[in-house]
Order: sequence, then C-alpha cells, then structure tokens
Amino acid sequence: MTSASDPVLWAAFVAAAVGSYLVRVSFIVLFQRVDEVPRLAERALELVPAAVLAGLVLPSLVAPEGTVAVLTPKVAAGGVATVVAWRTESMAWTLAAGMGALWLLLAV
Amino acid sequence: MTSTARSAFVDGACAVLPALPANVPFGLVVGVAAANLGLDPVTALWSAALLFAGAAQLAMMELLARDAPVAVAVLTAIVVNLRYAMYSASIAPYLQSFSRRSRLVLSFFLLDVTYALSVAKFRADGSVDRRAYYFGTALPLWATWTVSVTAGASLGTGLPPAWHLEFAIPLLFLALLVPNVRDRGGVVAAAAGGVGATAGLGVPFDLGLVIAALAGVGLGLVADPDGTDDEPPADRPDETPDGTTEGEP
Repeated sequence: MTSASDPVLWAAFVAAAVGSYLVRVSFIVLFQRVDEVPRLAERALELVPAAVLAGLVLPSLVAPEGTVAVLTPKVAAGGVATVVAWRTESMAWTLAAGMGALWLLLAV
Repeated sequence: MTSTARSAFVDGACAVLPALPANVPFGLVVGVAAANLGLDPVTALWSAALLFAGAAQLAMMELLARDAPVAVAVLTAIVVNLRYAMYSASIAPYLQSFSRRSRLVLSFFLLDVTYALSVAKFRADGSVDRRAYYFGTALPLWATWTVSVTAGASLGTGLPPAWHLEFAIPLLFLALLVPNVRDRGGVVAAAAGGVGATAGLGVPFDLGLVIAALAGVGLGLVADPDGTDDEPPADRPDETPDGTTEGEP
C-alpha cells in the first residue's frame, strides 16, 4: 500500500506516461537530424538498459528486505535464473527456472 | 485500408504472435503489484494502457509502495525508459516519409519488441507498408499487455504469499538484462548499476537507482567508449537489446 492519494497516483502515472512518450517521440518527430546524434550520446543510450536493469535486479536479490544478505535462497535462485537467461534468452524459461529453484530451495 | 496495407498489418501481427505469451505473466505480475499498491483494476488498466512500459511501471510502483517521493518514482520510470530514445533514433529514418501526425501516433507504441521486429522487416523488405506492419506488431502487444495487467489487478492481493510471486519481478528484469550485457561497457554498466543501487538503498529521497544508473552509464562509457563494433544501431537491428521475439512492454 502507499500513502499517496488516488489523484496523486493518477497524476504520477500520467506524468510518467508523458515523459516516456517524449522519450519515444524524441528522434521520430522532435529531432529531425538523426544523423547528427553524437556517437558518444548513442553509446550512452546503449548502456542505459544494462545499468538500469541491473540496478533493479541486484537489490531485489541480495537485499529484498533492505539489508544485504548473500547466502539466501533468493540469491541462489537468481543465480540459476541468470544462467538460464544467458543460455536461452527466453523470458518464460528464466521465469520458470528462477521460480522453480526458489520453491525447491524453500522446500528443502 | 488498402489490400497491401492489410496484408502488411497481418504480417506484423503474425510476427509478434510468439512474443505475446511471455507478456501475459509479466502483465499479471504488474497487475498484482498494482493491486498490492492499492490500485483498483480500472486505474491499473489506464496506467498500463498509457505507460505501455512494464519495467518502468514496476520500478515506479515499487518506489511508490515504499512511500518514496512521487516525483522520484516518476523520474525513475522515465530513466528506465531512456532506452527508447535509442530505438527512436534508430527507427526514425524508416518513418520519415509518413506525416507528422502518423509519426506522433507511431511513437506511442515504440518499445523493445515493436522496434526489433519492425526494423528487421524494414531492412529486409523495402516495399512493405511500414506503418501498417508496425501497427500490426504493436496493437496485439498493447492489447495483450493491457488485458494482462487488468487481469492481474483483478486477481489482486488474493494470491498466497507462500508462492513468492514477488520474486517474479527481479526474474523478469533479469531476463531483460542479460541480452543487454553484450560487451565490456555493458558489463561495467551493469556491475556499477547493480552494486550502486544496492549500496544506494538508503540514499535520501530514494534516488539510489537513478544515481546508480547514471553512474553505471558513465563508468561503462569510460571503460568501453566504442563498444565491440563501431556501426551505429540502425545498421545492426539483429543485435538490438532484444533481437529475439521475446521482450516486454
């Protein structure tokens, strides 16, 4: 639950949607001269997904409750899922392997 | 719609079909997270339909759930979506011939899957009706996504905690992350982003992720400014962060 009120949440989602739309529309409509995107800026954008997604993944694996703990079922299951994600590049298999590993480890 | 446009639309819809099933569990997880946040299914529906970006919405809702400042949650969602700027730059040359109004509408649906499928098709087939093909990939995905999130929100908080469905969230991010770590710069960016975000859990205003992500990009640039090959993304659609037909809104 959140303490934010419904209108505030609505405003937040609309603001995020508008911001995301501006990112999407940026080069397609706003900046016409696509050829002039500096190579360094392009490279920076390439690195965004790796940095952002790792920033989302790692804390939820090693510190799901806010304090860091490394020897946990979630970390082990995350390791299994990483290998499967790397080998298959499939969202469904990654999900199945990670959840399966977690359930197995919690059961034993 | 002309017959060539109709067949291009159908081609696009067929191409996106294999990607749809993976988006159902993702959408359900986002919907359940929305319900846990206290959103009703209608609000969840609108937020999914307007934002059309799963990772960003999850990241945002996680922050809202722990009462981070609302502005930081919005900023985080936009930072997570910055990768769309890369797709926007890469697909723009193929869309220049369409009217401004068409491009304004096309932009709304830009995400990993529509981008990867469309650019691959545009490069292989110069005569395809690009706008129709693009909408063919986008609309089934958008519909699947919105319905899945709404269904998840309707299931709501009733799922047993013993299933640990919250763990599906980092797993989904993981599945998106791995194909993005393709070169030394990617490894450095991911390591810095991950460690930084973990170390930054106590950073004021929950800005940890935003700071860690920017630091990760900066360090990745320093470590490997050129990437493994020097071609611009437009010339290698097969190596986009999501070159397969899997992916996420």
